[in-house]
Amino acid sequence: MAFKKLERRPLSWAERTYLPQILMGLKITLWNLFKKKVTLEYPDVRPVIPNGYRGIPTLVKDPRGREKCVSCQLCEFVCPPKAIRIQPGEISAEAENAHVEKAPREFDIDMLRCIYCGFCQEVCPEEAIFLQNVFSLNGYSREELVFSKSKLYEMGGTLPDEHYKWEKKRRAAEENEVHG
Amino acid sequence: MTYLPVLVAFVKALIMISVVMGMAAYAVLAERKIAGWIQGRHGPNRTLLPLLGHIPILGRILTRIGIFQPVADGLKFIFKEDPVPGHVNLLYYFLAPCVAFIPAMTTMVVLPFGEMDGAPLVLANIDIGMLFILAVSSLGVYGIILAGWAANSKYPFLGGIRASAQMISYELAMGLSILPAFLWANAPGTETGLSLFNVVQSQDTVWLVFWQPLSALIFLVALFAETNRLPFDMPEAETELVSGYHTEYGSMKFGLFFVGEYTHIVIGSGVLVILYFGGWNFLPGFASPWPEGWLGGVFSTLWFLGKVLTVVFFFIWIRWTLPRFRYDQVMRLGWTVLLPLALANLILNAILIALFENWIV
Ligand code: SF4
Ligand code: SF4
Repeated sequence: MAFKKLERRPLSWAERTYLPQILMGLKITLWNLFKKKVTLEYPDVRPVIPNGYRGIPTLVKDPRGREKCVSCQLCEFVCPPKAIRIQPGEISAEAENAHVEKAPREFDIDMLRCIYCGFCQEVCPEEAIFLQNVFSLNGYSREELVFSKSKLYEMGGTLPDEHYKWEKKRRAAEENEVHG
Repeated sequence: MTYLPVLVAFVKALIMISVVMGMAAYAVLAERKIAGWIQGRHGPNRTLLPLLGHIPILGRILTRIGIFQPVADGLKFIFKEDPVPGHVNLLYYFLAPCVAFIPAMTTMVVLPFGEMDGAPLVLANIDIGMLFILAVSSLGVYGIILAGWAANSKYPFLGGIRASAQMISYELAMGLSILPAFLWANAPGTETGLSLFNVVQSQDTVWLVFWQPLSALIFLVALFAETNRLPFDMPEAETELVSGYHTEYGSMKFGLFFVGEYTHIVIGSGVLVILYFGGWNFLPGFASPWPEGWLGGVFSTLWFLGKVLTVVFFFIWIRWTLPRFRYDQVMRLGWTVLLPLALANLILNAILIALFENWIV
């Protein structure tokens, strides 16, 4: 491999006083004094959050406003700091989506424990839990920062994805009954 | 009516103190602002006083340049909790901030800041002004050493030791670097002595910095060391000693150290301007255009203040440019470079003066 050998010449007399170097440094800092500032004045100006940012995890609904989570508890198991607590509940037999069978009765995420790893989003078979772009979260007590199901839905909103897995399942089941 | 002179002196002193304290407070602001600008930040720009800050355009400008910040800083110092660590020596612990602060405030007494009809504007025009400043300002280091000792913990202790070593090493070079200035100012037939006022008057045509650049440089370096400013801030050295001698101090006691330090800088800049940069003399080669009477006093004072502020800016500018020296480098620079250089400079000037007087005049 070709390499260049640097010649180390001894410092000249002027260089050994360090004064020229100090003057150079002063010139650079003086120049900096008038440059454009790079500070983002935070609470007034917010940074642009890139796509795929991992902020707080929330639950999302489908475009028809229905709950997507089926309370399979995979996220609860995968969550490294055990921030998620789910109490599964039954969907009553009369309900229009009774064939989904289960939905969470309670769904708590402790935002103080959460490490924003995104494993819950990755593991969820229903695409029901998503990390949002909210990065600043605060409160006056620990309890306040354990987000309940309603709060999670409120922060999550709707996922605009026209893929209705449970509709297809129902249709498939009905067709099977006809043929079967 | 025998009280009148006392009262006048009292009022004058009060004005002087407020001006110097104000300058120290705003030097802190300048430090933060300039640090910000040099690093591509804005510096403090949000503190807002009600009413003043709400004047339409002016208020916004004042807020943006942080004019109200020193008020907030001062209030914070006063109202902060002031814990006293259990392991300190109480007497010295409380004494140290005062000892650090009082000399800093005392030196301003002999500092002339302008002239009116050939008489100095100064609180006390004593003819050993320079000696007084050297003597009193180095007392300030006792505050630092006491603080380091009283705090009874290792970082302040190290800070105190460093402060004393540094003070001893640079005091010598500083004293020796001043002598040539006074030697030249004391031309035969003049009554300059060690008076600061007369040194300024002797510079009405040529500033001493052009005549004695080496002395000025040595004095400047020693001044940086004496005021514990970067690159010589050994006693504080945040990265090595937490915050050095005042690690165990909080709230207003820390505030006293802090203000004392900046007062030292302001006064030190004043001395530098007086000794080498012509004081209130206009520009080198020009006669001062100050009119007679009190107007002249005002102009010369303002001109002097302008120069002092420039030097204060230079102090801050250096701080955000140079890295800190290592402790042994500081000692080496002081003893093996500055001291011999100052000595040689003194001897050279003495010989020059002797030649000048015997052969040319
Ligand atoms: S959010 Fe997803 S992974 Fe978690 S319980 Fe609901 S469906 Fe399962
Ligand atoms: S992002 Fe990670 S830590 Fe947070 S809830 Fe999901 S799995 Fe748990």
